[in-house]
Amino acid sequence: MKKIEIVQNILEANESIASQNQRLLDEYKVFAINIMSSPGAGKTSLILQTIARLKDKLRIGVVEGDFASTIDADKVKDEAAAVVQITTRNMSEQCALIANMVSHALKCLPLGDIDLLLIENVGNLLCPAEFVLGEHRRVVISSLPEGDDKPIKYPVIFADADAVVINKLDFLPYVDFDIAAFEKAIKRLNPGVKILQVSCKTGAGIENWCSWLLDELKANRIGK
Amino acid sequence: MHELGVTESIVNIALDKAKEAQASKIVKINIVVGELSGFVPDCIEFYFDFVSKDSIAEGAKLHFELAPAEFRCRTCSTIFHSHDSTWTCPKCQSQSVEITGGRELYVENMEVE
Ligand SMILES: Nc1nc2c(ncn2[C@@H]2O[C@H](COP(=O)(O)OP(=O)(O)OP(=O)(O)O)[C@@H](O)[C@H]2O)c(=O)[nH]1
Ligand SMILES: [Mg+2]
Ligand SMILES: [Zn+2]
Repeated sequence: MKKIEIVQNILEANESIASQNQRLLDEYKVFAINIMSSPGAGKTSLILQTIARLKDKLRIGVVEGDFASTIDADKVKDEAAAVVQITTRNMSEQCALIANMVSHALKCLPLGDIDLLLIENVGNLLCPAEFVLGEHRRVVISSLPEGDDKPIKYPVIFADADAVVINKLDFLPYVDFDIAAFEKAIKRLNPGVKILQVSCKTGAGIENWCSWLLDELKANRIGK
Repeated sequence: MHELGVTESIVNIALDKAKEAQASKIVKINIVVGELSGFVPDCIEFYFDFVSKDSIAEGAKLHFELAPAEFRCRTCSTIFHSHDSTWTCPKCQSQSVEITGGRELYVENMEVE
C-alpha cells in the first residue's frame, strides 16, 4: 500500500472552463451577469424589467437555466436580442448552471451583437454559489416573502455577490422583513456589496438597478 | 443534485494520479469537504460506484473529512471557528468577518496498490 499526496481542487475543471468563457465574452466585449436566487424571487421579472428599460441603450442577450421547462425562455424571447435555454434535467448537474453548459450556450448566441448577457441561474441559493460560469458580476435576488434570514442560512452566496437585489418591495406592509437587519447581515460578510431595493411589479428602484448595471459595464470596459 | 459531475471530477483526478504513480488499484480516496459548501458526501458516495465501475477505482473506499467554517475578523484579524450562526469575533466582538474556511472541496490524498 502506498499513499499519494494530491491536494487538488475538485472544482478546478469547472473553473478552467469558466475562464475560457470569460475570455470569449471579453473578446466580443460582452458583459455577463449571473443572476441567482431562490425559486420565484424574481429573476425572470428582473430580466424583463431590465430589458424594458435598457433595450434602447444596449443589445441584451439572455441565457435561461431551468430544471425542466422553457416557460422563462418563452417569456423573454420577444424582448431580448437573443435567448438560449439550458434545461438541466438530463445533465450531470441539475440544481445549478455550470461553466460547461454556459460554454455551449455561448456558441448558440450572436456574441458580436450583444453588449449585456443576463444569465438566469436555476432557482436555488446553495448550489449556484459553488460554480462560477465566467460571468463578470454575480447578483443575488432576495424577495420580501422569503424572510430576512437568508444571508445567515446561505452565507456563501451572499459573501461572493457583487450586488444583492431586494425584490417585491411592494410586499413590505404585509411581511415582517427587517430590511436594515438583512442589509447588516450581508455587509458584515461582504462590506463592498451593492444592495438595491426594487419592486419588479411597480417598477420602483429599477432605475437604480439599471444605473448600477450601466456603471459596472462601463467600469469593466475601462478595466480591460 | 450536482454531485454527479463532482464525482466524475474526483474519479478523473484519482485515475490521473494513479496512472502517474503506475498503481494497479485505488484503495481509498480522502476528500475534504467544507461545512459551508453545498456538497453532500452521501450523494458523492452514491454516484461513486456508478462512475468508478470498470476502472481501477472500482471498490475504493471514500473517506470524507469535514472542514469547519472558519472566519477572520476584519477588525483585529483573529481567526476563529463558529459553530452557530453568530459569527462574532471572540476577541473584539466585531461582527465584520470574512469566510476563510468551510468552502473547501478537494482530493487530499489516496492509498493505492
Ligand atoms: N408582488 C410582486 N410580485 C412579483 C415581483 N417580482 C416578481 N413577482 C412575481 O413573483 C413570481 C415569480 O417571479 P419570477 O420572475 O418568475 O421569479 P423567478 O426567480 O424567475 O422564478 P423561477 O425561475 O421559477 O426560479 C411571479 O408571479 C412574478 O409576477 C414584485 O416585485 N412584486
Ligand atoms: Mg425564472
Ligand atoms: Zn476581532
